Amino acid sequence: MANWTVIIDIAKKQLLTKFKSTAIAALGVTFGIGAYITLVSFMTGLNNMLDDLILNQTPHIHIYNEIEPSKKQPVDIYDAFKNSFNVVHSIKPKLSQKKIHNASPIIHFLNKNKDVKGAIPQIKTQIFYIAGSIEIAGNLTGIQPIDEARLFNFRDYIIAGSPEKLKNTENGILLGSGIAKKMALSVGDRVQISTIKGDLFPLKIVGLYQSGVSDIDAIQSFVNIKTVQRILGEAENYITDINVKLYDIEKAISLSKKTEQQFNVTAIDIKTANAQFETGTSVRNMITYAVSIALLIVAGFGVYNILSMLIYEKMNDIAILKAIGFSGNDVQYIFMSQALIIGVIGGALGLLIGLIFTNIISTIPFKTEALAKVDTYPIDFNVWYYVIGFSFAIISTFFAGYLPSLKAKKIDPVKIIRGQ
Amino acid sequence: METVLEAKNINKYFKKPVLFHVLKDINFKINKGEFVSIMGKSGCGKSTLLYILSTMDTEYEGELYLNNDLITGDSRQKLTLIRNKHIGFVFQFHYLLSEFTVLENVMLPAKKLGEKSVKEIEKDALEKLRILNIEHLAHKRASQVSGGEKQRVAIARALINNPLIIMGDEPTGNLDSHNADNVFNIFKKLSVEENLSLLIVTHDEDFANRTDRIITMEDGRIIHE
Repeated sequence: MANWTVIIDIAKKQLLTKFKSTAIAALGVTFGIGAYITLVSFMTGLNNMLDDLILNQTPHIHIYNEIEPSKKQPVDIYDAFKNSFNVVHSIKPKLSQKKIHNASPIIHFLNKNKDVKGAIPQIKTQIFYIAGSIEIAGNLTGIQPIDEARLFNFRDYIIAGSPEKLKNTENGILLGSGIAKKMALSVGDRVQISTIKGDLFPLKIVGLYQSGVSDIDAIQSFVNIKTVQRILGEAENYITDINVKLYDIEKAISLSKKTEQQFNVTAIDIKTANAQFETGTSVRNMITYAVSIALLIVAGFGVYNILSMLIYEKMNDIAILKAIGFSGNDVQYIFMSQALIIGVIGGALGLLIGLIFTNIISTIPFKTEALAKVDTYPIDFNVWYYVIGFSFAIISTFFAGYLPSLKAKKIDPVKIIRGQ
Repeated sequence: METVLEAKNINKYFKKPVLFHVLKDINFKINKGEFVSIMGKSGCGKSTLLYILSTMDTEYEGELYLNNDLITGDSRQKLTLIRNKHIGFVFQFHYLLSEFTVLENVMLPAKKLGEKSVKEIEKDALEKLRILNIEHLAHKRASQVSGGEKQRVAIARALINNPLIIMGDEPTGNLDSHNADNVFNIFKKLSVEENLSLLIVTHDEDFANRTDRIITMEDGRIIHE
């Protein structure tokens, strides 16, 4: 039978008389938890930002026609050579068209799938930017601006102008910021482009695009899909790429495989294309947790140390408590409650410190070319980190308190009293 | 006469460092209201006996009765409760919890027992302090009162649950003659007025001679009762 009010009362009094060492033990926990909260919020914030940077503008499934050699060369099909070892020199890619055959029905079909958030067409082509007598090679992509903005955060990468403006201007172009700088152009100016075949087209700059990767920004520009079709002299069904965004990224692999088989196209899912990002994320998470757990173990040793010393000092008190009718369990509860009091107070302060630190960090300016829309360091505020952090504090102090308290429980009062 | 505490054929061995027969066939009774002292030379086993009687030491042979109930072989949990409720303890050293006030020290065993409300316990504790003439110390920290006063606080604490018997291990051993006298008078008064049984281990012959009965021990045996 444990009488908790008395036990907590004794535990509190003993801690208060040893305020300094108690405070130091609690501070150990505080710093451990504070560091955990700060680290995990900051690291996850950065992770999310980097993931967004890459993954949000990347289609979950990218469908196109790959130019590649046939997997089965004619000699493989010919029965007479079936059992012989065939070597074919100088294999050339198979002659095929760049455009996706029957693109519109495919898009229509994909958009009806309930897992698909949206499937939109693109046309990719090479062009030259003409600046006087200089020709600069570049990429021109025909898009549906509004849908791109809706599905792939396209708006985040437009530093001047807007997707709507591009949509409403028939001969408009969103010029890459690098090429704009090279040619000293800005919004409202006109730029001439030339197709590979040599046809010249004047386009009006309605905005500037900046992805953050300067190699891309130096060549890439966007126009309306119809504009590209006109420039290239192709029909309205000329589509080179289809980008698909799903509701659940996990379904990308299966759907891409299915699409590949069904329509005889190449479909790359995001997991295959960006496997390294997931590895990076999980490694960063692992480091965060390893550091936090190391800090908490150190804090745990601090608590262990303080309690061991306290028990050593309070040997007489323990004996007398046992003599006047406190059981071994009662005495153990006293020291366990002390450990938990340290854990709760230290943990709560740690959460507070973590909250303050992350708030401070989230106001520090963080300006970078690569991330046009980011002004301050990214922090992921998530209530779960606080729940986990607090549980960490309780669990680590519980274990730190358990061993010393077990020792206190086993102290034989007769030995102590007679030993005087 | 009503028997409060009875020991039957108590034998105790120390196994370390060598096997040693420390208590040999101890038999005695203590009646209600009796003031008994145990005397003997150092090492004759009197303190060992006291700790067996107090239920703190359970490694012995023989039988122990408290209020005619056999308590030998009871679980630790039950013995703890018995110690809390029926046995009051006074040691040579004062053993108060120094972080607590005098009053809180006295209240502690009753709070642990938890049979009364805190208000009632406080009233009882003040009453016990008044009996021992140390009411004025109630709100002082235990570490701030003198040795003689501490021993009286310890007695008040031993009394708080109205025990059947008070046991003392040389309670006056560490006090000057004036304070020792004081403590004796308190014990005597409790024995006479409250009809409380007392069992005190002592070296002090003057003290022992003034008690109702002296149990003398030598080499683990009772040689005179």
